[in-house]
Amino acid sequence: MLATRALSLVSKRVISTSICVRGGHGVAKVDDYALPSYFDRRENPLPDVRFVTDLSPVQKSLKEKEKGSWATLSNDEKIALYRISFKKSFAEMNKGSNEWKSVVAGMLFFIGVTGLVVLWQRKFVYGPVPPTFETEWKEKELQRMLDMGINPVGGISAKWDYENKEWKK
Amino acid sequence: MSYSKMSLAKPVMRGLLGKRLRFHLPIAFALSLMAAAAFKFGVTEPRKRAYADFYKNYDATKEFNNMREAGIFESVRPTGK
Repeated sequence: MLATRALSLVSKRVISTSICVRGGHGVAKVDDYALPSYFDRRENPLPDVRFVTDLSPVQKSLKEKEKGSWATLSNDEKIALYRISFKKSFAEMNKGSNEWKSVVAGMLFFIGVTGLVVLWQRKFVYGPVPPTFETEWKEKELQRMLDMGINPVGGISAKWDYENKEWKK
Repeated sequence: MSYSKMSLAKPVMRGLLGKRLRFHLPIAFALSLMAAAAFKFGVTEPRKRAYADFYKNYDATKEFNNMREAGIFESVRPTGK
């Protein structure tokens, strides 16, 4: 009670939208998203509610007729009853679409934009590369690796012909 | 209009996992064994042979002297001083 009094000082609207009114002084307001809803899914074939909630008079009379013997229903009436309860049939719901083309197109587009961003970065953001990338330095590096005999069994030194000082054919 | 003959045949309700396993498990085993055999005879055996051949006539002293002459060591200088 004290809590609601305190809330009423803040705003009169707060009480009507607050869902926690203790002590049995009121009923919680139920939001639409908290109620059972209808959705078309293959793994949930019988949803919690019918698709059409507000029936027209024709539909209401049809529902009354449904309470009797179903042999008296015509094909169209049966289909109308189906469409009251369900939005899409299984065939309609499982049908594929062409959405994947848009998805792939979007993916490729954004990958392209990322590529442009990377190119711009290389030109305008990054500083110069260290001296260890120069050709002369790399040649000396490679010579040192061959002198040390790096990876002699199946790697780089195995491909070097030490007698003739050239790569093996 | 009577619809007594229009219903579909009852679909298979049981034994679905067993049927799938009976089909897929032998194939899975066979493929795995083939993959293992291919790796063994394509990768590991040649590699073992390559190492054995390399070390069969390996002269460590000669290699050391070659490296020394190339000047990569700090503890020994090349013989030419």
